[in-house]
Amino acid sequence: MSREDVLVSADWAEKNLDADKVVFVEVDEDTTAYDGGHIPGAVKIDWKTELQDQVRRDFINKEQFEALLSRKGIANDDIVVLYGGNNNWFAAYAYWYFKLYGHDQVKLLDGGRKKWELDGRPYSTDVPARPATSYTAREQDRSIRAFRDEVVAAISRSNLVDVRSPDEYAGRLLAPAHLPQEQAQRAGHIPTAISVPWSKAANEDGTFKSDDELRRLYAEAGIDDSKSTIAYCRIGERSSHTWFALHELLGHSDVRNYDGSWTEYGSLVGVPVALGDEPGQA
Amino acid sequence: MSTDGCGAPAQDTPLPASVDVEKETVITGVVRAGDAPVAGAYVRLLDASGEFTAEVVTSQAGQFRFFAAPGTWTLRALSREGNGDATLAADRGINQVAVTVGS
Repeated sequence: MSREDVLVSADWAEKNLDADKVVFVEVDEDTTAYDGGHIPGAVKIDWKTELQDQVRRDFINKEQFEALLSRKGIANDDIVVLYGGNNNWFAAYAYWYFKLYGHDQVKLLDGGRKKWELDGRPYSTDVPARPATSYTAREQDRSIRAFRDEVVAAISRSNLVDVRSPDEYAGRLLAPAHLPQEQAQRAGHIPTAISVPWSKAANEDGTFKSDDELRRLYAEAGIDDSKSTIAYCRIGERSSHTWFALHELLGHSDVRNYDGSWTEYGSLVGVPVALGDEPGQA
Repeated sequence: MSTDGCGAPAQDTPLPASVDVEKETVITGVVRAGDAPVAGAYVRLLDASGEFTAEVVTSQAGQFRFFAAPGTWTLRALSREGNGDATLAADRGINQVAVTVGS
Protein backbone atom coordinates (compact mmCIF):
# COMPACT_ATOMS: atom_id res chain seq x y z
CA MET A 1 0.00 0.00 0.00
CA SER A 2 1.30 3.44 -0.84
CA ARG A 3 0.43 6.96 0.21
CA GLU A 4 -1.43 7.54 -3.10
CA ASP A 5 -3.76 4.64 -2.32
CA VAL A 6 -5.00 6.12 0.94
CA LEU A 7 -4.48 9.88 0.78
CA VAL A 8 -5.57 12.36 -1.89
CA SER A 9 -4.49 15.98 -2.27
CA ALA A 10 -6.83 18.94 -2.43
CA ASP A 11 -5.80 19.37 -6.08
CA TRP A 12 -6.80 15.81 -6.88
CA ALA A 13 -10.07 16.28 -5.04
CA GLU A 14 -10.96 19.47 -6.88
CA LYS A 15 -10.27 17.78 -10.23
CA ASN A 16 -12.42 14.79 -9.29
CA LEU A 17 -15.46 16.54 -7.83
CA ASP A 18 -17.69 15.18 -10.58
CA ALA A 19 -15.86 11.93 -11.22
CA ASP A 20 -17.97 8.81 -11.55
CA LYS A 21 -17.82 6.43 -8.57
CA VAL A 22 -16.07 9.00 -6.34
CA VAL A 23 -18.11 10.03 -3.29
CA PHE A 24 -16.94 12.80 -0.99
CA VAL A 25 -18.08 12.39 2.59
CA GLU A 26 -17.70 15.03 5.28
CA VAL A 27 -17.47 13.66 8.80
CA ASP A 28 -17.75 16.12 11.61
CA GLU A 29 -19.10 16.24 15.06
CA ASP A 30 -20.21 19.77 14.27
CA THR A 31 -22.72 19.19 11.48
CA THR A 32 -23.32 22.93 11.19
CA ALA A 33 -19.93 23.10 9.46
CA TYR A 34 -21.35 21.04 6.59
CA ASP A 35 -24.57 23.03 6.53
CA GLY A 36 -22.62 26.29 6.23
CA GLY A 37 -20.68 25.03 3.22
CA HIS A 38 -19.06 21.81 2.07
CA ILE A 39 -17.12 20.37 -0.83
CA PRO A 40 -19.56 20.40 -3.79
CA GLY A 41 -21.39 17.09 -4.00
CA ALA A 42 -20.27 15.82 -0.60
CA VAL A 43 -22.65 13.99 1.71
CA LYS A 44 -22.29 14.21 5.48
CA ILE A 45 -22.03 11.61 8.19
CA ASP A 46 -22.42 12.61 11.82
CA TRP A 47 -19.89 10.50 13.73
CA LYS A 48 -21.93 10.57 16.91
CA THR A 49 -25.54 10.20 15.86
CA GLU A 50 -24.89 8.02 12.82
CA LEU A 51 -21.77 5.97 13.62
CA GLN A 52 -22.47 5.32 17.33
CA ASP A 53 -25.13 3.12 18.82
CA GLN A 54 -27.52 5.55 20.49
CA VAL A 55 -28.10 3.40 23.59
CA ARG A 56 -25.00 1.34 24.41
CA ARG A 57 -21.48 2.74 24.14
CA ASP A 58 -20.48 0.94 20.96
CA PHE A 59 -20.49 1.28 17.21
CA ILE A 60 -23.48 0.67 15.03
CA ASN A 61 -23.49 -2.98 14.00
CA LYS A 62 -22.98 -4.45 10.54
CA GLU A 63 -26.66 -4.23 9.60
CA GLN A 64 -26.90 -0.63 10.80
CA PHE A 65 -23.75 0.27 8.85
CA GLU A 66 -25.24 -1.31 5.74
CA ALA A 67 -28.45 0.66 6.22
CA LEU A 68 -26.52 3.89 6.79
CA LEU A 69 -24.38 3.61 3.65
CA SER A 70 -27.34 2.47 1.58
CA ARG A 71 -29.29 5.51 2.75
CA LYS A 72 -26.37 7.82 1.93
CA GLY A 73 -26.22 6.39 -1.59
CA ILE A 74 -22.76 4.86 -1.20
CA ALA A 75 -22.09 1.63 -3.11
CA ASN A 76 -19.56 -1.09 -2.36
CA ASP A 77 -17.48 -0.20 -5.40
CA ASP A 78 -17.46 3.57 -4.80
CA ILE A 79 -14.23 5.36 -3.96
CA VAL A 80 -15.05 7.11 -0.70
CA VAL A 81 -13.04 10.27 0.01
CA LEU A 82 -13.38 11.35 3.63
CA TYR A 83 -12.63 14.80 5.00
CA GLY A 84 -13.59 16.97 7.93
CA GLY A 85 -12.64 19.60 10.44
CA ASN A 86 -10.48 19.16 13.55
CA ASN A 87 -7.49 18.28 11.35
CA ASN A 88 -9.40 15.30 9.96
CA TRP A 89 -9.74 13.62 13.38
CA PHE A 90 -13.27 12.44 12.72
CA ALA A 91 -12.59 11.77 9.05
CA ALA A 92 -9.71 9.51 10.12
CA TYR A 93 -12.01 7.89 12.63
CA ALA A 94 -14.55 7.25 9.86
CA TYR A 95 -11.77 5.95 7.61
CA TRP A 96 -10.83 3.41 10.27
CA TYR A 97 -14.53 2.60 10.65
CA PHE A 98 -14.98 2.03 6.89
CA LYS A 99 -11.94 -0.32 7.05
CA LEU A 100 -13.43 -2.04 10.09
CA TYR A 101 -16.45 -2.95 7.99
CA GLY A 102 -14.35 -3.85 4.96
CA HIS A 103 -14.94 -1.04 2.46
CA ASP A 104 -12.51 -1.54 -0.44
CA GLN A 105 -11.59 1.91 -1.63
CA VAL A 106 -11.50 4.63 0.98
CA LYS A 107 -9.20 7.63 1.09
CA LEU A 108 -8.58 10.67 3.26
CA LEU A 109 -8.43 14.17 1.81
CA ASP A 110 -5.05 15.45 3.01
CA GLY A 111 -5.56 18.53 5.19
CA GLY A 112 -9.34 18.16 5.37
CA ARG A 113 -11.55 21.22 5.63
CA LYS A 114 -8.76 23.41 6.94
CA LYS A 115 -6.48 23.06 3.92
CA TRP A 116 -9.47 23.36 1.60
CA GLU A 117 -10.52 26.62 3.26
CA LEU A 118 -7.03 28.11 3.57
CA ASP A 119 -6.53 27.37 -0.14
CA GLY A 120 -9.78 29.23 -0.89
CA ARG A 121 -11.31 26.30 -2.76
CA PRO A 122 -15.06 26.20 -3.56
CA TYR A 123 -17.79 25.31 -1.11
CA SER A 124 -21.45 24.60 -1.77
CA THR A 125 -24.52 24.61 0.44
CA ASP A 126 -26.47 22.32 -1.91
CA VAL A 127 -27.24 18.95 -0.41
CA PRO A 128 -26.83 16.29 -3.09
CA ALA A 129 -29.59 13.77 -3.73
CA ARG A 130 -27.96 10.38 -4.17
CA PRO A 131 -30.16 7.40 -5.01
CA ALA A 132 -30.18 4.77 -2.29
CA THR A 133 -27.95 1.73 -2.76
CA SER A 134 -27.92 -1.77 -1.39
CA TYR A 135 -24.67 -1.78 0.55
CA THR A 136 -23.16 -4.97 1.95
CA ALA A 137 -20.63 -4.73 4.79
CA ARG A 138 -18.24 -7.41 6.01
CA GLU A 139 -17.96 -8.58 9.59
CA GLN A 140 -15.88 -6.23 11.78
CA ASP A 141 -12.15 -6.63 11.21
CA ARG A 142 -11.12 -7.07 14.83
CA SER A 143 -7.44 -7.03 13.88
CA ILE A 144 -7.56 -3.22 13.84
CA ARG A 145 -9.69 -2.69 16.98
CA ALA A 146 -8.46 -3.11 20.56
CA PHE A 147 -10.63 -3.71 23.63
CA ARG A 148 -9.81 -2.88 27.23
CA ASP A 149 -8.63 -6.32 28.33
CA GLU A 150 -6.24 -6.44 25.39
CA VAL A 151 -4.95 -3.02 26.37
CA VAL A 152 -4.32 -4.07 29.97
CA ALA A 153 -2.56 -7.21 28.69
CA ALA A 154 -0.41 -5.06 26.41
CA ILE A 155 1.12 -3.05 29.26
CA SER A 156 4.93 -3.43 29.10
CA ARG A 157 4.55 -6.03 26.30
CA SER A 158 3.36 -4.16 23.19
CA ASN A 159 3.82 -0.64 21.93
CA LEU A 160 1.21 1.51 23.59
CA VAL A 161 1.01 4.96 22.02
CA ASP A 162 -0.79 7.77 23.77
CA VAL A 163 -1.54 10.38 21.13
CA ARG A 164 -3.17 13.02 23.35
CA SER A 165 -1.45 16.30 24.14
CA PRO A 166 1.48 16.20 26.62
CA ASP A 167 -0.65 17.78 29.36
CA GLU A 168 -3.38 15.16 28.98
CA TYR A 169 -0.72 12.40 29.02
CA ALA A 170 0.85 13.75 32.20
CA GLY A 171 -2.53 14.16 33.90
CA ARG A 172 -2.48 17.95 34.02
CA LEU A 173 -5.50 18.17 31.68
CA LEU A 174 -8.37 15.71 31.18
CA ALA A 175 -9.55 16.82 27.76
CA PRO A 176 -8.33 18.80 24.78
CA ALA A 177 -8.09 22.45 25.75
CA HIS A 178 -11.04 23.61 23.69
CA LEU A 179 -13.33 21.73 26.07
CA PRO A 180 -14.16 22.31 29.73
CA GLN A 181 -12.06 20.10 31.96
CA GLU A 182 -14.54 18.68 34.48
CA GLN A 183 -14.67 14.92 33.92
CA ALA A 184 -15.46 11.92 36.08
CA GLN A 185 -12.47 9.78 35.28
CA ARG A 186 -8.93 9.84 36.64
CA ALA A 187 -6.18 11.75 34.86
CA GLY A 188 -2.93 10.24 33.60
CA HIS A 189 -1.94 7.55 31.10
CA ILE A 190 -1.60 3.79 30.72
CA PRO A 191 1.72 2.74 32.30
CA THR A 192 4.48 2.08 29.73
CA ALA A 193 2.60 3.99 27.01
CA ILE A 194 4.83 6.40 25.17
CA SER A 195 3.63 9.90 24.35
CA VAL A 196 3.51 10.79 20.66
CA PRO A 197 0.89 13.51 20.25
CA TRP A 198 -1.13 13.01 17.06
CA SER A 199 -0.20 16.55 16.04
CA LYS A 200 3.42 15.53 15.51
CA ALA A 201 2.22 13.53 12.49
CA ALA A 202 0.66 16.58 10.86
CA ASN A 203 1.74 19.93 9.49
CA GLU A 204 -0.04 23.01 10.78
CA ASP A 205 -2.25 23.16 7.69
CA GLY A 206 -3.58 19.73 8.66
CA THR A 207 -1.76 17.68 5.99
CA PHE A 208 0.22 14.60 7.01
CA LYS A 209 3.99 14.83 7.24
CA SER A 210 6.07 12.91 4.69
CA ASP A 211 6.65 9.19 5.10
CA ASP A 212 10.31 9.86 5.96
CA GLU A 213 9.36 12.35 8.66
CA LEU A 214 6.77 9.94 10.06
CA ARG A 215 9.21 7.03 10.09
CA ARG A 216 11.76 9.15 11.96
CA LEU A 217 9.10 10.43 14.39
CA TYR A 218 7.90 7.00 15.52
CA ALA A 219 11.36 5.42 15.50
CA GLU A 220 12.77 8.19 17.70
CA ALA A 221 9.76 7.94 20.01
CA GLY A 222 10.66 4.30 20.61
CA ILE A 223 8.04 2.33 18.71
CA ASP A 224 9.45 -1.15 18.21
CA ASP A 225 8.51 -2.32 14.71
CA SER A 226 8.76 -5.97 15.72
CA LYS A 227 5.94 -5.63 18.25
CA SER A 228 2.24 -5.01 17.87
CA THR A 229 0.97 -1.51 18.56
CA ILE A 230 -2.15 -0.10 20.20
CA ALA A 231 -2.93 3.61 19.85
CA TYR A 232 -5.34 5.46 22.11
CA CYS A 233 -6.46 8.98 22.95
CA ARG A 234 -9.54 10.17 24.82
CA ILE A 235 -12.41 8.84 22.70
CA GLY A 236 -10.59 7.12 19.83
CA GLU A 237 -10.66 9.74 17.09
CA ARG A 238 -7.20 11.30 17.44
CA SER A 239 -5.79 7.78 17.73
CA SER A 240 -7.51 6.93 14.42
CA HIS A 241 -5.34 9.69 12.94
CA THR A 242 -2.20 8.01 14.33
CA TRP A 243 -3.51 4.55 13.36
CA PHE A 244 -3.80 5.93 9.81
CA ALA A 245 -0.20 7.21 9.90
CA LEU A 246 1.23 3.94 11.27
CA HIS A 247 -0.92 1.37 9.49
CA GLU A 248 -1.94 3.03 6.24
CA LEU A 249 0.95 5.38 5.47
CA LEU A 250 3.91 3.51 7.01
CA GLY A 251 2.51 0.02 6.55
CA HIS A 252 3.09 -1.27 10.10
CA SER A 253 1.27 -4.58 10.07
CA ASP A 254 -0.25 -4.99 13.52
CA VAL A 255 -1.70 -1.67 14.69
CA ARG A 256 -4.96 -1.42 16.54
CA ASN A 257 -7.03 1.54 17.64
CA TYR A 258 -8.40 1.41 21.20
CA ASP A 259 -11.68 3.26 20.68
CA GLY A 260 -12.62 3.04 24.37
CA SER A 261 -9.51 5.14 25.00
CA TRP A 262 -9.03 7.27 28.10
CA THR A 263 -12.72 7.87 28.80
CA GLU A 264 -12.98 4.11 29.35
CA TYR A 265 -9.55 3.26 30.74
CA GLY A 266 -9.49 6.24 33.11
CA SER A 267 -12.79 5.08 34.61
CA LEU A 268 -11.86 1.40 35.11
CA VAL A 269 -11.60 0.16 38.69
CA GLY A 270 -8.29 -1.38 39.67
CA VAL A 271 -6.17 -0.79 36.58
CA PRO A 272 -2.75 0.85 36.88
CA VAL A 273 -2.40 4.53 35.97
CA ALA A 274 0.80 6.53 35.56
CA LEU A 275 1.10 10.26 36.20
CA GLY A 276 3.71 12.68 34.89
CA ASP A 277 5.72 12.97 31.71
CA GLU A 278 7.43 9.55 31.86
CA PRO A 279 5.87 6.26 30.65
CA GLY A 280 6.15 4.76 34.14
CA GLN A 281 6.27 1.13 35.28
CA ALA A 282 3.69 -1.61 34.95
CA MET B 1 -22.12 21.67 24.53
CA SER B 2 -20.85 18.20 24.05
CA THR B 3 -18.54 16.90 26.73
CA ASP B 4 -18.01 13.40 25.41
CA GLY B 5 -17.03 14.50 21.94
CA CYS B 6 -13.96 16.37 20.83
CA GLY B 7 -15.46 18.93 18.50
CA ALA B 8 -15.05 22.54 19.45
CA PRO B 9 -18.29 24.19 20.48
CA ALA B 10 -19.36 27.40 18.74
CA GLN B 11 -16.87 30.07 19.75
CA ASP B 12 -19.35 32.91 20.21
CA THR B 13 -21.70 31.34 22.74
CA PRO B 14 -21.69 32.46 26.39
CA LEU B 15 -19.69 30.28 28.76
CA PRO B 16 -21.91 27.36 29.79
CA ALA B 17 -23.27 27.65 33.32
CA SER B 18 -21.53 24.37 34.17
CA VAL B 19 -18.12 25.97 33.65
CA ASP B 20 -16.65 27.10 36.96
CA VAL B 21 -14.36 30.04 36.16
CA GLU B 22 -12.90 29.77 39.67
CA LYS B 23 -11.42 26.45 38.57
CA GLU B 24 -11.07 26.75 34.81
CA THR B 25 -8.31 28.67 33.05
CA VAL B 26 -10.14 30.22 30.12
CA ILE B 27 -8.06 31.78 27.32
CA THR B 28 -10.17 33.87 25.01
CA GLY B 29 -9.84 36.69 22.52
CA VAL B 30 -10.28 37.91 18.97
CA VAL B 31 -8.21 37.41 15.83
CA ARG B 32 -7.82 40.61 13.80
CA ALA B 33 -6.23 41.66 10.54
CA GLY B 34 -5.66 45.37 11.03
CA ASP B 35 -8.85 46.46 12.84
CA ALA B 36 -11.11 43.89 11.24
CA PRO B 37 -11.99 40.66 13.06
CA VAL B 38 -11.17 37.52 11.10
CA ALA B 39 -13.95 34.92 10.96
CA GLY B 40 -13.01 31.35 10.15
CA ALA B 41 -9.39 31.62 11.28
CA TYR B 42 -7.79 28.45 12.68
CA VAL B 43 -6.39 29.18 16.14
CA ARG B 44 -4.15 26.61 17.81
CA LEU B 45 -3.12 26.61 21.43
CA LEU B 46 0.51 25.55 21.89
CA ASP B 47 1.98 24.65 25.27
CA ALA B 48 5.19 26.05 26.77
CA SER B 49 7.26 23.60 24.71
CA GLY B 50 5.49 24.65 21.50
CA GLU B 51 3.46 21.42 21.33
CA PHE B 52 -0.07 21.51 19.91
CA THR B 53 -2.79 21.32 22.56
CA ALA B 54 -6.02 22.29 20.80
CA GLU B 55 -7.44 24.13 17.83
CA VAL B 56 -10.67 26.02 17.20
CA VAL B 57 -12.16 28.03 14.34
CA THR B 58 -13.06 31.65 15.09
CA SER B 59 -16.67 32.86 15.13
CA GLN B 60 -18.12 35.48 12.79
CA ALA B 61 -16.75 38.10 15.21
CA GLY B 62 -13.29 36.50 15.18
CA GLN B 63 -13.62 35.06 18.69
CA PHE B 64 -11.88 31.96 20.06
CA ARG B 65 -11.86 30.26 23.47
CA PHE B 66 -9.79 27.56 25.18
CA PHE B 67 -9.96 25.79 28.51
CA ALA B 68 -6.36 25.34 29.60
CA ALA B 69 -4.38 25.34 32.84
CA PRO B 70 -2.28 28.07 34.49
CA GLY B 71 1.01 28.57 32.66
CA THR B 72 2.58 29.99 29.52
CA TRP B 73 0.75 29.41 26.26
CA THR B 74 1.16 30.47 22.65
CA LEU B 75 -1.71 31.11 20.26
CA ARG B 76 -1.02 30.51 16.59
CA ALA B 77 -3.58 31.69 14.04
CA LEU B 78 -3.78 30.61 10.38
CA SER B 79 -6.13 32.40 8.01
CA ARG B 80 -6.54 33.46 4.42
CA GLU B 81 -5.60 36.97 5.65
CA GLY B 82 -2.26 35.64 6.88
CA ASN B 83 -0.85 34.07 10.03
CA GLY B 84 0.12 35.39 13.47
CA ASP B 85 1.16 34.46 17.02
CA ALA B 86 0.66 35.72 20.56
CA THR B 87 2.04 34.43 23.86
CA LEU B 88 0.55 34.86 27.32
CA ALA B 89 0.94 33.75 30.92
CA ALA B 90 -2.49 32.47 31.96
CA ASP B 91 -3.98 32.18 35.45
CA ARG B 92 -7.23 30.69 36.65
CA GLY B 93 -10.22 32.70 35.48
CA ILE B 94 -10.69 34.45 32.18
CA ASN B 95 -7.54 35.48 30.29
CA GLN B 96 -7.97 37.86 27.34
CA VAL B 97 -5.49 37.85 24.49
CA ALA B 98 -5.47 39.49 21.06
CA VAL B 99 -3.96 37.82 18.00
CA THR B 100 -3.07 39.85 14.91
CA VAL B 101 -2.60 38.20 11.54
CA GLY B 102 -1.11 39.63 8.40
CA SER B 103 1.07 38.64 5.52
